[in-house]
Amino acid sequence: MEKRVPAVRMIDITKTFGHVTANNHVNLEIYRGEILALLGENGSGKTTLMNMLSGIYYPDSGSIEVDGKPVVIDSPKTAFSLGIGMIHQHFKLVNVLTAAENIELGGKGRLRIRDAARKIDEICAQYGFEVDPNRKVYDMSVSEKQTVEIIKVLYRGADILILDEPTAVLTPQETEKLFKVLRNMRNNGKAIVIITHKMNEVLAISDRVAVLRKGEYVGDLETAETTASEMTNKMVGHAIKLNIDRPKPVNPQPRILVEGLTVRNSDGVLKLKDVSFEARSGEILGIAGIAGSGQKELLESIAGLQRVESGSIVYLDDDGTREELVGKAPLEIQHMGVHLSFVPEDRLGMGLVGSMNIADNMMLRTYREGPHLFTQRANPAKTAEQVVRDLEVVTPSIRTPVRQLSGGNVQKVLVGREIVSAPKVLLTAYAVRGLDINSSYTIYHLLNEQKQKGVAVIYVGEDLDVLIQLADRILVLCDGQVSGIVKGTKAKKKKLGRLMTTVGGKEDADEDK
Amino acid sequence: MKTSERKHEPLLHIAAREPLPWHWNLLIRAAGILAALLLCALLTWVITEKNPIEFAVTVWHASFPANPAQFRISFWSMLHDLAILLMLSLAVTPAFRMRFWNIGAEGQTLVGCLLTAICMRSMAGNAPNWLIILCSTLGAIAAGAVWGVIPAVFKARFGTNETLFTLMMNYIAARLVAYFWVIWKGPRSALGMINGSEPVYQVGWLPQIGNEYLLNILIAAVCALLMCVYLYQSKHGFELSVVGESQKTASYLGIRVGWVTVRTMLLSGAICGLTGLMITAGHDHTIDEGIVRGRGFTAVMVSWLAKFNPLYMILASFLIVFLQHGAKDIASSNTININESFSEILIGIILFSIIGTEFFIRYRVRFRHHGAAQKGGLTHV
Repeated sequence: MEKRVPAVRMIDITKTFGHVTANNHVNLEIYRGEILALLGENGSGKTTLMNMLSGIYYPDSGSIEVDGKPVVIDSPKTAFSLGIGMIHQHFKLVNVLTAAENIELGGKGRLRIRDAARKIDEICAQYGFEVDPNRKVYDMSVSEKQTVEIIKVLYRGADILILDEPTAVLTPQETEKLFKVLRNMRNNGKAIVIITHKMNEVLAISDRVAVLRKGEYVGDLETAETTASEMTNKMVGHAIKLNIDRPKPVNPQPRILVEGLTVRNSDGVLKLKDVSFEARSGEILGIAGIAGSGQKELLESIAGLQRVESGSIVYLDDDGTREELVGKAPLEIQHMGVHLSFVPEDRLGMGLVGSMNIADNMMLRTYREGPHLFTQRANPAKTAEQVVRDLEVVTPSIRTPVRQLSGGNVQKVLVGREIVSAPKVLLTAYAVRGLDINSSYTIYHLLNEQKQKGVAVIYVGEDLDVLIQLADRILVLCDGQVSGIVKGTKAKKKKLGRLMTTVGGKEDADEDK
Repeated sequence: MKTSERKHEPLLHIAAREPLPWHWNLLIRAAGILAALLLCALLTWVITEKNPIEFAVTVWHASFPANPAQFRISFWSMLHDLAILLMLSLAVTPAFRMRFWNIGAEGQTLVGCLLTAICMRSMAGNAPNWLIILCSTLGAIAAGAVWGVIPAVFKARFGTNETLFTLMMNYIAARLVAYFWVIWKGPRSALGMINGSEPVYQVGWLPQIGNEYLLNILIAAVCALLMCVYLYQSKHGFELSVVGESQKTASYLGIRVGWVTVRTMLLSGAICGLTGLMITAGHDHTIDEGIVRGRGFTAVMVSWLAKFNPLYMILASFLIVFLQHGAKDIASSNTININESFSEILIGIILFSIIGTEFFIRYRVRFRHHGAAQKGGLTHV
């Protein structure tokens, strides 16, 4: 291969935050006409490295060259003038403005919305985006907002694009669309960096992979010449098994009977329609579906957080007693002796209190215990010690506010707390979202342990590969309706994908031919 | 290349820092106050051409006079003002901890004063003294609680904005008091003391222990302790923090957010009402619409300065009352002879710099460095 001049060269970059070294003498080269996947576990320094390229952080030492010339990137503005643009995980858009206004905002000179709209249409046509420049941002789906962010960067003339975990919020279909656009941009000669820790995406989209581990640059690989397990080993530093266990269900008994469940959200929109299924003890029931197909409402209905329009949810105890859950407050459901543990989608927003320490977060579930007015702090502290030990939570102490922990550790604290309360039914939503491989496998392992203890586990997931490997049965939701329930051992990804997009699952038979 | 890099490196790096040990916290705060005092001295010297030392001595003597006879009055009245401000700060704090921005302490206190005054006036001569005091106490607490709970109910039921609502309630309370004041004073120019002369002299007044200030001071001290226990040890206090952090988390845990809001504002209002009793029956023995003197609003600042911690509130209240007393004495001092506005400016500077030091506690500012060996104290955000 002839010697190419890299679009960007990062040489010997070091960045520390206090006593934490985020990047340690990292070297990285980014080329035009190439998609580079930056791979690494949570906290391996991927985002920090890219933030230095986009002018958000300034390196402690080391240097950066763009097109062979040494540069100093001291602000995002400088980064833009060098053609470097970053699309962050959290969008930075003004909700009440239109796409065009958001894109034009912060540009030079007067606002020229009409010109902007025309130029946006050109960019869309060139790369295959679909977006209406005159639509308000608050009307947009997550994927549309992301599209606006990407166009914003292109509009300002960036030809080196950095995307920080762009697929974390997308459905498989939306991801495919994004990848198509990225390929178009690559073929157009742009340099693209995509930060991710999803192996299948790396294989699908990238030309080259650069791996970071614990802040250090491990090396790079040509995607075409590598495999998922080789990359994982490089990323984790030791060989790990990529298979998820699926122990045989132990004496499954019906535990939750849902019948004809219909739910409307606060705006009166129908979110669940006539949903019926059964969750059994000692089994993991997977729930698949495109984001927003009613998964959240389903779990919240069982936990008593959602108003149910019609239908019933019956809890069956071991001794055969039946309890109707619909119409009961979350606290009542707990008091009745029905043990529902709910791991909500939004870890910090709903399950935990970020400013409280681990022990106090354990206490959230149990603080009502005890007859008197005062809280008991000794037991939660013991629980916290136990969870930290058993789940290998990385934290300075149990008195550390959970906000200061990394995503994976926050998730372990939450799942750990729910498990400690010895549930009969464990509801989890996106339990591994944003977690690296090691943490994800810890969580899968925990769920399997619960299953073997006879807990009925309901697992709402987004990664079909995981669902197929983990769940005993998979219920597929489409637009608030059950489009099918498939045995885990017999489930095929293609079939699940089709069920996810087929309301009621009726047309499925015809398409199968 | 290295040299050009240095030239372009940004002058200032600002980064969040990890939580500092407490002694560093204290040191940064002390440095902030010191800087403020130096700035004040400089301003005094430049603008008024007075001796800043003389200024400072006057401020100090306002609360801690050298003359023992003066000391009794000045020191105790300073402590009493501290107690009232502390009470109001304690009152707004539980609501603040759940992010319910109650700025209606002024009005909640006023209705407490009003109920006390009504009891004192109407029952004097018709009932034994203990019964009057009991009725005033219950009446004041109930009135404050009602004034506090109305905005809470509306917030819980209809999601109204509590800040505007509690603010408006202040004006209603003030007008209500003004109405009674006009009726009560009759043709006189002012109301004067309630039950201030025979045959009902001192009827309905809170008993004096030691001196006229001590009872109120003791009540405030006990309230501060109880509030500590309530906030940090009770189940209610725990619920407050959860609701304040995230209402979604609270309802997920089965906490009824609306009820917690109502309950907390009942408590907040009740403490304000009690403070009203302390003002009207315990110390001032009169009422007018300005009797709370804006301390209901100052309490908001005290609560924030103290980060909603009752013990720090004692320090914060002391600082503010100390400065206010100093400002008043400077205005009335013959040797300095300058109006009160200037000392108010100085108070402003000091408070600003205290709030400003918060920035340096949370963030770390580092100048452009030369050489790569520099170690930073910043934290990952």
